[in-house]
Amino acid sequence: MAVVGASNCSYDGGVAAPQTTPVQSPDVETVPAIDRPWITVVHDDPVNLMTYVTWVFQKQFGYSHDKAQSLMLDVHNKGRAAVSAGARERMEYDASCLHGYGLWATVEQP
Amino acid sequence: MFRRYGEHCIATFAPDEVRVLRKVATEVVGLLTDGFDHGDPVVDRLFPDIYPTNAEDSAEFRRFTEGDLKTGKIDQAGAILAALPAASGGEVRLDQEAAEAWLRALNDARLAMGVRLDISSDTDLGEELDDAVLSDPSSSRVFQLSVYAYLGYLQESLLTALTE
Repeated sequence: MAVVGASNCSYDGGVAAPQTTPVQSPDVETVPAIDRPWITVVHDDPVNLMTYVTWVFQKQFGYSHDKAQSLMLDVHNKGRAAVSAGARERMEYDASCLHGYGLWATVEQP
Repeated sequence: MFRRYGEHCIATFAPDEVRVLRKVATEVVGLLTDGFDHGDPVVDRLFPDIYPTNAEDSAEFRRFTEGDLKTGKIDQAGAILAALPAASGGEVRLDQEAAEAWLRALNDARLAMGVRLDISSDTDLGEELDDAVLSDPSSSRVFQLSVYAYLGYLQESLLTALTE
């Protein structure tokens, strides 16, 4: 497992990765497991402020305020939301950065 | 509470606020250093398993990343301690980088307190505080709940000042 440390998250002065991967549901029936994208999932939490979570999504992923807020509302209303999708190592990096912000993030392959 | 002046977020803190913030940030540093214990639910919350259904992969990932994550959290708590005025109170002036570190550190402190205070999505902070005051106004729970509420207001005001 390749692992990228959290030390180069955007808040540490590192360069934020380009955000080109849309979050979408892959067709799991037709895509071989190895090629299916992984996702970073953020879970609802009773402590984190909604405005803070929105700000973190903007900061970490470069999302627009509207997109970030809509993801935050998904987390809040549905209990969880996929906030990024792509290669496993990339998702581990995202989740680790989100842990730096105190969000409850996990990685999975749907 | 924080307000934006040009490139900086600025707030004036009373002696009580300086004391509380110093205590809270110092406690966070403590639980990330000497007091670091994976059996502590606060540590679980600040360093969640990345693969909740795969302990082995989670542990492997943790082995590579936990040090950096811990250092980052200690540094951000340190950003609060570094910017606080003397015990007599005074101004805190944060540039963007420091303001962001404060936001993350205030969040870590609130997460830690939220676990200790058993805050859930059903918790009505006002009611909790009323109940705690009625049962014993001098209790540590009254103090902790007040600090928790205060940190939330402070974090929100800093976020508003930073992003407006």
